Amino acid sequence: MRTEAPRAPGVERHAPEVGRHAPAAAFEVRGLRVRRGPVFTLEISRLSVAAGETLAVLGLNGAGKSTLLEVLALLLRPDEGEVRVLGEATRSGPDAQRLRRRLGLALQDPLLLAGTVLDNVALPLRLRAVPRNEGRRRALAGLARFDVAHLAGRSSRGLSGGEARRVSLARALVTEPDLLLLDEPFSALDPPTRDALLRDFQKAIPPGTAVVLVTHDRLEALGLGHQVAVLQGGRVLQWGPAQEVFRSPLDQAVAALVGLETILSGPVQSSDDGVSRILVGPGVVIEAATEAVVGDRVTLCIHPEEVHIERPGPGTRTSARNVFPALVQSVTPHGGGWRIALDCAFPLVVLVTRRSTADLDLRPGERVTASFKASAVHVFPARSPAGDGDGGQSIRRV
Amino acid sequence: MRLISEGFSQALHLILGLDPDLREAAWRTLQISGAATIVSLFLGAPAGVALALSRFPGRTLLVALINTGMGLPPVVAGLFVMILLWRSGPLGELALLYTPAAMVLAQSLIALPMVTGLSLSAVQSLPARLRVQIRALGATRLQLAWLMAREAQLPLLAALMAGFGAVVSEVGASLMVGGNLRHSTRVLTTAIVLEASKGKFASAIALGLVLLALAFAINLILTRLQQRGRT
Repeated sequence: MRTEAPRAPGVERHAPEVGRHAPAAAFEVRGLRVRRGPVFTLEISRLSVAAGETLAVLGLNGAGKSTLLEVLALLLRPDEGEVRVLGEATRSGPDAQRLRRRLGLALQDPLLLAGTVLDNVALPLRLRAVPRNEGRRRALAGLARFDVAHLAGRSSRGLSGGEARRVSLARALVTEPDLLLLDEPFSALDPPTRDALLRDFQKAIPPGTAVVLVTHDRLEALGLGHQVAVLQGGRVLQWGPAQEVFRSPLDQAVAALVGLETILSGPVQSSDDGVSRILVGPGVVIEAATEAVVGDRVTLCIHPEEVHIERPGPGTRTSARNVFPALVQSVTPHGGGWRIALDCAFPLVVLVTRRSTADLDLRPGERVTASFKASAVHVFPARSPAGDGDGGQSIRRV
Repeated sequence: MRLISEGFSQALHLILGLDPDLREAAWRTLQISGAATIVSLFLGAPAGVALALSRFPGRTLLVALINTGMGLPPVVAGLFVMILLWRSGPLGELALLYTPAAMVLAQSLIALPMVTGLSLSAVQSLPARLRVQIRALGATRLQLAWLMAREAQLPLLAALMAGFGAVVSEVGASLMVGGNLRHSTRVLTTAIVLEASKGKFASAIALGLVLLALAFAINLILTRLQQRGRT
């Protein structure tokens, strides 16, 4: 568990790299404080992301996410603290400008400028005095990566929401930035548009690019982030590998934000009729109501509110696709109900109301049956491992 | 009633007959007000854009002054320029008083706060995070200013139209610093005042119609430019 507090060097994430070149942090902030009026809107003692990694900054509106992004984009000088971007301490003026040209930024509002789609994507290159023809060629290639090359000649004003986001992301990536900053670029889209965009986005990110994704969507944070930092009231409540943060929230505040505790991963065994079967342990298969590519390794999570617990008995029939015998491990109060940790060949966390616990009279050590529908299982494609793709990342994360 | 209808028919004669005095006044109006508008565009638009993109102590005070300047009465502008150019005044040696140059100066003073203030609000009405987005695309401060101005081109053209409209129709400053001298500083508005005071309503109406047509033509050109830029 990594928290905001400084930790011993060389542990966890960096351990596998020991002995090789140390990965350069794409950004690192220390003792960061940003003041707006009399109050600090941002107070972060330490936060960083390594090259090739994605850091998801998860928080509600007003948590300070956008302020953090402005600091990282070197457009807001913090009142206190150190900001190192791409290994360099940032000073004002030409230094910041030079470093800023190695960043990319895409926001929820695509903010395309007047002109054609191609003009927009070529603009960052034009600002860097890249020759016009080369700029057009690279902009077209960038559009193609997001499957919107056919829009090149269209006016930027007549695009659909999904198309505009694609163009905005292509524009952010056209300069091949070392650090990509994203502020909710996938929110407020209808689910199919969003899913298609997420797939293309993951393919379009070059392996060495560090990404900071600011989002309020926990599934997006889990699906895209190698690391997750939970931000509230301008402070980082928890920071660590994504699955760790989601599985073991440090406190109630983080738990309320992440809301998911059962996260598993494994290969897809079969996928037909809109149901995929995923092998999450030896002989343990979970069915999910989604299509997936057979053989792909996926991550899945189960919402704790959507799991039912019953005492095992004869004649229990259920429409749920996933039914597991389980052993109660712990029962702890949680909000208005109880949080029950089960062991059913994999750890499963369940939230139930106070009343149903009383009815069931659950105690640690008892045997129960846990069930959940295939539609209660959320599946993400597993991220490409960060760094050199040696698989070390997934070992570290799981 | 007869006065009006007779006035109009005589006015049509003057216009269609291309009365030389009328033509000269119209041409001079276009030159002087056009020059003043261009001066205020080149000074006011960059100032407005820069003001919209910068933060410095005293900025609010400056913006308030500009907004007040947008309502500057032309006679006050005229008075100010007159004092400036008066023989014993600070710029008296230039001997500009009662020349077209003095009128351009006075009209620029009227249009400048208007173009500056409207350019400022044009850029400020762009999406709040556009500045962050454009800078993060790699723009320098100068490139940012240019791109923001380009994004605000429609309201910027509206600012230009407002500036031209204000100076082409003003009479107080032109009369004070121009003096309504025939073949030199007589423009349509000052000519109207003169003709009407002499009871020559037909000429006054003719001048008024030409003034309206001139303002309409210029605004038509600018509007077409503006609407073509709308994408």
